[in-house]
Amino acid sequence: MIEINHLVKRFDDLVAVNDVSFRLAPGEVLGFLGPNGAGKSTTMKILTGFLKPTEGSVSVFGCDIERNTIAAQRQMGYLPEGAPCYDEMTPRSFLKFIAAARGLAGSEQQRRLREVVEIMSLGGVLDQRIETLSKGFKRRVGLAQAIIHDPQVLVLDEPTDGLDPNQKHQVREMIRGLAKDKIVIISTHILEEVTAVCSRAIIIAQGRIVADCEPTALEQRSKYHGALTLTLDETTMAADLIGAFAGLEEVGKVEAHATANRLTLFPRDGSASILLSVSQLVRERNLAVTSIVQEKGRLDEVFREVTSEAGL
Amino acid sequence: MNGIRVIAGRELASYFATPLAYVFILIFLVLSGVFTFYMGNFYEREQADLAPFFNFHPWLYLFLVPAIAMRLWSEERKSGSIELLLTLPITRFEAVLGKFLAAWLFAGLALLLTFPLWLTVNYLGEPDNGVIVASYIGSWLMAGGFLAVGSCMSAVSKSQVIAFILTASVCLVFVLAGFPMVLNVFKDWLPLLLVDTVASLSFMTHFGAITKGVLGLNDLLYFLSVILFWLLATTVVVEMKQAR
Repeated sequence: MIEINHLVKRFDDLVAVNDVSFRLAPGEVLGFLGPNGAGKSTTMKILTGFLKPTEGSVSVFGCDIERNTIAAQRQMGYLPEGAPCYDEMTPRSFLKFIAAARGLAGSEQQRRLREVVEIMSLGGVLDQRIETLSKGFKRRVGLAQAIIHDPQVLVLDEPTDGLDPNQKHQVREMIRGLAKDKIVIISTHILEEVTAVCSRAIIIAQGRIVADCEPTALEQRSKYHGALTLTLDETTMAADLIGAFAGLEEVGKVEAHATANRLTLFPRDGSASILLSVSQLVRERNLAVTSIVQEKGRLDEVFREVTSEAGL
Repeated sequence: MNGIRVIAGRELASYFATPLAYVFILIFLVLSGVFTFYMGNFYEREQADLAPFFNFHPWLYLFLVPAIAMRLWSEERKSGSIELLLTLPITRFEAVLGKFLAAWLFAGLALLLTFPLWLTVNYLGEPDNGVIVASYIGSWLMAGGFLAVGSCMSAVSKSQVIAFILTASVCLVFVLAGFPMVLNVFKDWLPLLLVDTVASLSFMTHFGAITKGVLGLNDLLYFLSVILFWLLATTVVVEMKQAR
């Protein structure tokens, strides 16, 4: 269990984190979202015991991060922003160092080393200097050191930043593959990552929490939630079509796209699916529809909305 | 304890992972040779001892030791690896001590590699090897004092150049404080007690005493407390930077 209570962090005049509170139970994967400079990294730095909070408290499985720092840190694995490493070391010596510092020795150290090298596919570069590795490999070395002691809490600051799509996929698989009784906190500004791996999303803007819910609930906040986008054959595109769709009881608003023959139909407030009535109309008028896409909701739009509200 | 050992081990290995260690040792050896034989008139003195060698150590250390100390914390801060280091389950003081010990062991190794000088002087005559051993220990202790100052200055700044200059300046004060030239300036207008206190804080006073062949407890305690003081100061600086 992680408990963060009324956390405040001030740097001189700047309030980086402003009264942030949340609790996380084992099994939760938290996506920590927010624009750059919103206070995500600062919160993570306080949580892991690197920075001291100005006010408020953090406890990790009952260990207060300020009073019982070492015990709290023992339970956490941390990937700092930008995955800093000791560049002159090789992944092997680096991972051994981290393992030893975390109290792993002998055959157990060997075993864990083999496991993380396997998970992160680092076998081929184990004895190359870290400074000569590509960004993707460096990130994986950083992730490997974060999980080497099989921590109860994993704190990852932008774990997939700078990775190619295959590597992103791998990292997400790794996070999903972690035992279900762990707590994972991921900061990111890639929104699809949140729907892909997280069970909970917290959006923070200007140091304050502006949204805290399941990723699907976040999608539902979008005006696009449940909307239908129709692409029509050129010949069937007619002027009265917009009016016809708008006339349907469940449809609230119709948006025509200027360039393509595309219409986006928004459900009226409170309406459930509009698919049924829309498809009926399509059949009645014998429209040549080439595609219908039902939108789940656009996270980037919700993100913009909630983070700019905070700015007002 | 485990933390100190692990940190020191990594730090020591990192000296040798870059050319730094080799360049440092090479320059240290060449310069101690130059100082001993040319400027120290090793042969002309016709005395079987290593006094000319040890007498130059404070000056040699003045610009060589900041070079090994400057990276201790500056580099961690600059590369961001400090975040990794300080979120490991290791206390700040353990990290400070581990890093310092690595640098100190490294300085000790450089010092040990001057053994050909000791062989030479034993080949040429019959020196008092007790004095030489005491001087080696004294020199190593003094290097520790320089390094502890350097550790603290390195924690102050992200820039290694600034760390170097700060370390050299503070160490210069510690060295000069024992010189009659400097002390005479104070003698005229400061009470004698204060002048003696300043002198007793100098590296030179205590190093000088040890190189005469007497490894006194007060000199030993002096260097150990200087080291401890600056390491605690380093810990405070590291803490403050995290709490700002």
